[in-house]
Amino acid sequence: MLVSWSASEGFAPQEAEARPSRCPDNSAFKQQRLPAWKPQLTIATVLSTFFLTGAFCLSVGICLILSANSVREIQVYKCSDCSKLRENSYNWNIECLCSVDFKLKEDMLGDVFMYYGLQNFYQNHRRYVISRSDAQLLGRDVNRSYCAPFTTYNNGTPMAPCGAIANSMFNDTIDLFYNFNSSVIQVPLLKTGNSWWTDKNVKFRNPQSHNLSSAFAGTARPPYWQKPVYLLDEEDERNNGYINDDFIIWMRVSAFATFRNLYRRISRKRHFADGLPAGNYTFHISYNFPVTKFKGKKYVILSTMVWSGGSNPFLGIAYVVCGAAATLTGFIITAIHLKLRKKKTYFQK
Amino acid sequence: MSSERDSETTFDEDSQPNDEVVPYSDDDTEDELDSRQPGVESEQTQTNRGTEESRETLRKDCSWQVKANDQHFHEQPQFKRTILLCFKKSKYAGNAIKTYKYNPITFLPLNLFEQFKRAANFYFLVLLILQAIPQISTLSWYTTLVPLLLVLGITAVKDLVDDIARHRMDNEVNNRTCEVIRDGRFKNTKWKDIKVGDIIRLKKNTFVPADILLLSSSEPNSLCYVETAELDGETNLKFKMALEVTDKYLQEESAMADFNGLIECEEPNNRLDKFTGTLFWRNMSYALDADKILLRGCKVRNTDFCHGVVIFAGADTKIMKNSGKTKFKRTKIDSLMNYMVYTIFLVLILLSAGLAIGHTYWEQQIGNSSWYLYDAEDYSPPYRGFLNFWGYIIVLNTMVPISLYVSVEVIRLGQSYFINWDLQMYYSEKDTAAKARTTTLNEQLGQIHYIFSDKTGTLTQNIMTFKKCCINGQRYGDCRDGAGQLPSHPEQVDFSWNMYADGKFLFYDHYLIEQIKSRKDPEIQKFFLLLAICHTVMVDVSDGQINYQAASPDEGALVTAARNFGYVFLSRTQNTITISEMGIEKTYDVLAILDFNSDRKRMSVIVRESNGNIRLYCKGADTVIYERLHPRNVKREATEEALDVFANETLRTLCLCYRDISDDEFEAWNKKFMEASVATTNRDEALDKVYEEIEKNLILLGATAIEDKLQDGVPETISKLSKADIKIWVLTGDKKETAENIGFSCELLTDETTICYGEDISALLQTRLENQRNRAGSSTHSSLRMNEPFFQGSRDRALIITGSWLNEILLEKKKKKKKLKLKFPRTAEEKQKQTEKRRKAEAYKEQQQKNFVDLACECKAVICCRVTPKQKAMVVELVKKYKKAITLAIGDGANDVNMIKSKAAVRLLSVGNISSGSSSTISSLFLFVEKTLPSVSLPTLTFLASLLPSMPALSLYEETLYEMLPTLELESVAKKGCRLSCQATTLLGNSATSRDCCWSTDDGPTLGCASF
Repeated sequence: MLVSWSASEGFAPQEAEARPSRCPDNSAFKQQRLPAWKPQLTIATVLSTFFLTGAFCLSVGICLILSANSVREIQVYKCSDCSKLRENSYNWNIECLCSVDFKLKEDMLGDVFMYYGLQNFYQNHRRYVISRSDAQLLGRDVNRSYCAPFTTYNNGTPMAPCGAIANSMFNDTIDLFYNFNSSVIQVPLLKTGNSWWTDKNVKFRNPQSHNLSSAFAGTARPPYWQKPVYLLDEEDERNNGYINDDFIIWMRVSAFATFRNLYRRISRKRHFADGLPAGNYTFHISYNFPVTKFKGKKYVILSTMVWSGGSNPFLGIAYVVCGAAATLTGFIITAIHLKLRKKKTYFQK
Repeated sequence: MSSERDSETTFDEDSQPNDEVVPYSDDDTEDELDSRQPGVESEQTQTNRGTEESRETLRKDCSWQVKANDQHFHEQPQFKRTILLCFKKSKYAGNAIKTYKYNPITFLPLNLFEQFKRAANFYFLVLLILQAIPQISTLSWYTTLVPLLLVLGITAVKDLVDDIARHRMDNEVNNRTCEVIRDGRFKNTKWKDIKVGDIIRLKKNTFVPADILLLSSSEPNSLCYVETAELDGETNLKFKMALEVTDKYLQEESAMADFNGLIECEEPNNRLDKFTGTLFWRNMSYALDADKILLRGCKVRNTDFCHGVVIFAGADTKIMKNSGKTKFKRTKIDSLMNYMVYTIFLVLILLSAGLAIGHTYWEQQIGNSSWYLYDAEDYSPPYRGFLNFWGYIIVLNTMVPISLYVSVEVIRLGQSYFINWDLQMYYSEKDTAAKARTTTLNEQLGQIHYIFSDKTGTLTQNIMTFKKCCINGQRYGDCRDGAGQLPSHPEQVDFSWNMYADGKFLFYDHYLIEQIKSRKDPEIQKFFLLLAICHTVMVDVSDGQINYQAASPDEGALVTAARNFGYVFLSRTQNTITISEMGIEKTYDVLAILDFNSDRKRMSVIVRESNGNIRLYCKGADTVIYERLHPRNVKREATEEALDVFANETLRTLCLCYRDISDDEFEAWNKKFMEASVATTNRDEALDKVYEEIEKNLILLGATAIEDKLQDGVPETISKLSKADIKIWVLTGDKKETAENIGFSCELLTDETTICYGEDISALLQTRLENQRNRAGSSTHSSLRMNEPFFQGSRDRALIITGSWLNEILLEKKKKKKKLKLKFPRTAEEKQKQTEKRRKAEAYKEQQQKNFVDLACECKAVICCRVTPKQKAMVVELVKKYKKAITLAIGDGANDVNMIKSKAAVRLLSVGNISSGSSSTISSLFLFVEKTLPSVSLPTLTFLASLLPSMPALSLYEETLYEMLPTLELESVAKKGCRLSCQATTLLGNSATSRDCCWSTDDGPTLGCASF
């Protein structure tokens, strides 16, 4: 029915005769006249936008790919004897040393970085990612419920650091030797300055105490660790405990199952002032980290750096793909436009 | 009788429909609309039950019994009905109304229940429950809880505020007071304490508290004027008249306190204009009809006080019965959105399942042996996969764009505000801005494909003026001087000789005035006497000035014309009517008023003249009058000619005639009339039959022609709309010629248009149907796919079709009841045969309807004339059904209600809506329609489009933008499933109005603007 009735409408007393006009305000807002920029999309502007974007992206992408390709990099797969040994977890405290020889055919000039790479290691697993206590890593003693299941031992002793990430920390030690004129020179490696400043100074802090071991008194190392956290670097107080660079780097989890973490930088001294000269090298690895159980692999990687970063071609590829898509769209629109222009039937005859 | 013949024809009889005749009654359109079942079955069962039930129906029809001043009567056990097991409640509602939904205790559970009925809220609730399970939970618990609580809270607060307002309003209304007889005296009583059977007194300018039967009033003959603006939006005063007997005996308070009449009437219903009942009092029965009922919500006007007995109270009142639940109208975007959301949800489930399966596999291969992922739980990989499934559902829940509903709601709300604020849609004369009554349909406006418009009051102003007449075959009304010669320049007739002239009346035919003044021609005298007598207009004398209160503007125009010509209607009582004939006052006894209704299309009065002769005066539509004329009417042809001339000038015509009745005949008839008027069942039909008996052998007096002016800007609007390729269908009750001429004058039809009439297309449809049948062979369904055009060539075409042709073509005729009785099946076999037959007929009918709609849609304009309100609704339904298009029905309410409410997607602009009431004065409404369509919808659509990626509206958006310069051509958008209402021709670009794009025709005003 036409009648819509409500008590308010039905019996409201007639409004006074002399009421203000009900004419709507002639204001910019109410009449939708607020200033606004609305681009006129014509065929020219649309097409030029697409083509310009395409050209820009393509050129940037190609530059990135070229520069990423200029990165010198060598990847070394690690020894298999030790990996067999580590497959059995009961051998965890048997030391296993292995050495891998490799040859650099060309000099690696500039800063050289040493990474360890892991394959098939799902640091991005949801349960794994959330199993950490940032508060604990800041040196506070708080409840560690986020760390489940690596929180405390059965006897109640809390783990320091707690959580699955910390527990699974990469614990191989890798040394690099240069075989120079039949003498073996150890390549000097820098173990500090590898982590982000904010991580080192803001996000990670040791508990306050007169010395580190007392600060961690009452806690125990995580089950998979070989030594407690305050012995990570006995030589350097500022690289020990939670603020150990290796630890900090490990705690920054990777988004993919195949990843590399910075392990050491080559200290540019004496022979290595310009980087790594070509020649024969040997890695001496103390093999602790088991990977075969989860069908994973480890690498040691030496790499230089260019202006666009390391040897990651992803950004370049992304740019190229975007540029190609934009250009293609431009062509499609041109085609549609040409086709429609012929077909268009105007309303006015 | 020809009307009977018409209703008796069935579709296998090959009779030509009569263009002049309006097909059949449709008084009960509402019921029929509600149950769209084909009438065959119900009629059949009805006739089966037939006679033995007539007694029952009598009781069923009038089972509502009200006894005045007797509370105990209403508490009898037979008036109780079981509510809950053994709890019984009186079927008579109290007068307290309850519009609120919650009380303090029920608020929380009920409101929460209401809210969780919405899919979005329920979805969040399920998510919340999932997240509470620790093995599944992937996000922290508050991620869903906080927004859900926020949404629930805001809605609850809004509901609470609304409900408190409703509580307040209820309280206010329920505690209003009026005077009710208590213990024999009138006492101030609160509205909520009024009960059925109470006798109440109402004062001037107060609202009527319940549906009451008028007993008496302060006015002579117990007249009572009411304003029904709250009920139907009409602001003209209506009069109600009490029964003679109650008027006579129930003026005193004591008499009223002793009144013990018993009223039997129909059960409460929502029909505002219908009421049948009987009053039993002092061993007599008196018929009651809607004219004696004051409805709740009316306002008493011009009457000092009136008395009445409460028949329906509170929830039983007609107004409350009408305030039914408003059905939520879904737009295409709504359903599209639903479709999208459900699809996305399905995709989510599939995706989660896929991911869970993948997870199981990974867990088996790698995860299980990954020492670093140890979690102290000993779950098998499939179980982990199962848990992960739910986890993924939580994690990916943002995929389901559940907030889309909220966003769309907000946008629509904002849009409706912009509609309300639009200066272009502000009508300064009435100080009325546009008002969007619903927020849900705004964007629908932009997709309108068909506009169905009423003529009177929508295309035209509904301000009637008497222009011309034809008396005794002679035409009057053109510019003529006193001698009947054409003057050099038109000169207005001076009415100063007539003290009653209203001074506003314009007339240019001096010859007619001379004729009247000379009093030579008795036909002319009779003609104007008839105009002054035969009507239901009420007089309202204020400051010595006579004001007429007419129910229909036509009647008002005629009585005003008679007044200016010297035949002044002065006053009426129940039984007499006083007029001044050229200055001489005469009083006629009114013996009977044979009322007007849309079926009869005529009204008559039977009066006794001063010399004792009884004469029936009748005026009505030419078709119905011509059927009832005496065969020897010499001026018949001449008048018919005149009628055609008038119709060609787009004037509304009425025929006037009279008949002398002998005393004996009248006595005999009067008896039947009295019987029929107290009939308890089918009183209207009985009355119609009785009326029919006396309205015959009429002698034609002449015809009147009334002008109904076009609204401002109608031709411009129509041409713009048709440029936008919006099809306009005019549905009107007018004569074919009038309709056609209106079509021309509003430029719906032009000289280039080929006009097709019913007979043309009937043949076309017939051959098409034959073809389809032949081609279809055994299967009927393949024939539905034929879509070749009916017309060749690209000429503009218009279809003008009358109601009877419409029935003929659409096979919508009423079937003879007698026939059906005979057809009643005896055996199962026969029954099956019959259903088979019926099914075939149905399929045939459907095919025919579809063909008709296809054909009509090939025409630029369609004018349906001589159609009844029900047919209007039917036409709208047809187009909606077969074209799946969005339609807009425009009407001024009174007789277009069916059309407007018949599920038409948009029923936004009825005059009653744009200005509350006063259907007669609003002008340029149609112009507003034009402004509404393009300017409203483009922004809305584009707003929504930017919200809903991957839906057609988006492609519309992009395409619009893309194709905008130099010529905006939105027609191509139609192919995408969305269409716009405006077809732009020239783009003004960034025009001065700082709206970005305005479209206009080459030289016309701006058609519409839209901001992107």
